[in-house]
Amino acid sequence: MAVLIYTENFNGKFKKATYELVSYGTETANKLGSEAIAVTIGNVDESTLKELGNYGAKKVFVVKNGELKDFSAQAYTAVIEQVASNNNADVIVFGNNPSGRAVAPRLTVKMNAGLAAGAVDVPSSTSPFKVKKRAYSGKAFADVIINSDVKVLTLSQNSYKIVETGGDIEIEDFTAEIPEGAYAVKLVEVVKSKGKLSVTDADILISAGRGLKGPENWGMIEEMAEILGAGTSCSRPVTDLDWRPHDEHVGQTGKVVAPNLYIAIGISGAIQHLAGVNSSKVMVCINTDADAPFFESADYGIVGDAFEVVPKLNEAFKKFIAES
Amino acid sequence: MKALVCIGHVPDTTSKIRFTDNDTKFDNTDIQYIIGPYEELALTRLLDIKDSGTDVHITAVNVGPVETEATLRKALAMGADEAVRVNAEPADAVFVAKQIAEVFKNGEYDVIVTGKESIDYNGSQVEGMIAEFIGLPSVSGASLFEIDGDKVKMEQEIEGGKQVLNATFPFVVSAGKGFALEPRIPNMRGIMMARRKKLDVVEPVEQNNMTEVVKHYLPEAKPQCKMVDPENVEELVRLLHEEAKII
Ligand SMILES: Cc1cc2nc3c(=O)[nH]c(=O)nc-3n(C[C@H](O)[C@H](O)[C@H](O)COP(=O)(O)OP(=O)(O)OC[C@H]3O[C@@H](n4cnc5c(N)ncnc54)[C@H](O)[C@@H]3O)c2cc1C
Ligand SMILES: Nc1ncnc2c1ncn2[C@@H]1O[C@H](COP(=O)(O)O)[C@@H](O)[C@H]1O
Repeated sequence: MAVLIYTENFNGKFKKATYELVSYGTETANKLGSEAIAVTIGNVDESTLKELGNYGAKKVFVVKNGELKDFSAQAYTAVIEQVASNNNADVIVFGNNPSGRAVAPRLTVKMNAGLAAGAVDVPSSTSPFKVKKRAYSGKAFADVIINSDVKVLTLSQNSYKIVETGGDIEIEDFTAEIPEGAYAVKLVEVVKSKGKLSVTDADILISAGRGLKGPENWGMIEEMAEILGAGTSCSRPVTDLDWRPHDEHVGQTGKVVAPNLYIAIGISGAIQHLAGVNSSKVMVCINTDADAPFFESADYGIVGDAFEVVPKLNEAFKKFIAES
Repeated sequence: MKALVCIGHVPDTTSKIRFTDNDTKFDNTDIQYIIGPYEELALTRLLDIKDSGTDVHITAVNVGPVETEATLRKALAMGADEAVRVNAEPADAVFVAKQIAEVFKNGEYDVIVTGKESIDYNGSQVEGMIAEFIGLPSVSGASLFEIDGDKVKMEQEIEGGKQVLNATFPFVVSAGKGFALEPRIPNMRGIMMARRKKLDVVEPVEQNNMTEVVKHYLPEAKPQCKMVDPENVEELVRLLHEEAKII
């Protein structure tokens, strides 16, 4: 028995979220009295692979078939199934990110398994296998029991801690069979988001809403992000109005984020907005309206005009950074 | 093109979420049910394609008890041509996907469109599961869907960007943000016509549910928001550093 972790690499590099996932898989394996192993697809250099051992994985399979250069849900599912079956993995974990959401459900059916999507903690019991997950767009959580022999999980982002265990990892190449037709959907091109920090990766997000009146006023928001090394995000109307790019939209119908710090500026705090951000560790609200619903969810608040408060706050942050 | 659009029946996005029976059941007192927001986009996009002159036949499908027929009627009012209800409690995603795969096999559809995720159990599960049951390619969270003869151009969200794809029928796709811009609102004529459109009820095929929700929790109430004087923003910086230890 083993817990298999899909450790996605991005051009040969792992992200912080991958280490979270390995820590999660390792702790789950500890609970089950089994071992955490990992699989990654593509070329990753040895020192990077060794990093996975630092978070508890005992072995990593590296699948290098050239055909797998492009992502295909069908092909990746087949590959991970082969690694899982060859190693008797009975729990398989993915990040709740685009590839995890595309592959985990397919793998679930392929392995006659059950899926808990958006887990927020390691299983609270192993028999029955019970795990807590997000539900109702972050407005609630649910305990789910998975009854099948094989269990598939996706882990909500930023919901598990990184635990360095130290330790060696065995590296093994794995050649997979790729089923015919797995690349029926043809990749035409990959469009990367412009060099900035993506909203789901950022530890700090500076987010602004319709209260900012127009796109020309985002300079101070970007400045704050720059000072704090943060990402920028926004409410839905802001992207609907094309003031900001669509990949900055957070909320129920946008991206779900869980940074350490979320600063909401000129955002009223509609329930659909909060649904996407209320897993943030600390939230700050800056709003002219003391009755704005966001204050009910925020940890810290300033009732004031963003056009006065934000520049002052930027100076204060700058001073703080310079002095620390 | 014949499209099968999977319509979820979910609580309105403004709903206050509560539970009953010792937190085992969703409390639907005063809850309005709607078509899931992503399914509205899916349906809207197909209707737009139809309006631009392409031959499109849309079947809306839901796996659910009789109450969900009102939601399916709304899909018909938006413009779907017919509807199918699989008469069963949607026990879990595997169960739902199996039923929809069966409906697909019994019709001659070119494409199955779902929403990116439901807003109750938020799985983003059903689309991939249907595809695996049937053995079709799947595209998750498409932000563009354009038909050009027998080719479909799509864009799909990936970590750190998006990719542009070309597919030929049949396949399964889930609609994300951008699939259509604004969801259509049914007009009076649509609502009148919907009453006369076909809504078939079919019985489910056997499929064990693999998961079971046993308890719900509401997020812990936040302690009261600490207010900082706008004339003293340095205080906020101090609190974030010393108290929250976040910067
Ligand atoms: C199905 C559905 C899904 C949705 N999904 C999402 C989603 O994913 N994400 C999302 O964000 N929304 C979503 N919405 C929209 C949501 O309901 C709100 O309309 C939206 O979040 C409001 O955005 P806002 O707070 O920027 O704007 P507003 O509600 O207009 O609020 C602006 C705020 O700025 C404040 N303000 C004004 N001037 C200043 C100033 N000078 N300084 C400081 N503050 C100022 C005002 O007091 C107000 O609180 C969804 C809605 C529906 C129906
Ligand atoms: N009971 C259901 N009947 C029909 N379609 C459904 C049902 N549940 C979910 N779906 C579809 O599957 C999508 C993804 O749901 P989920 O996997 O639960 O996040 C939804 O957006 C719907 O399109």
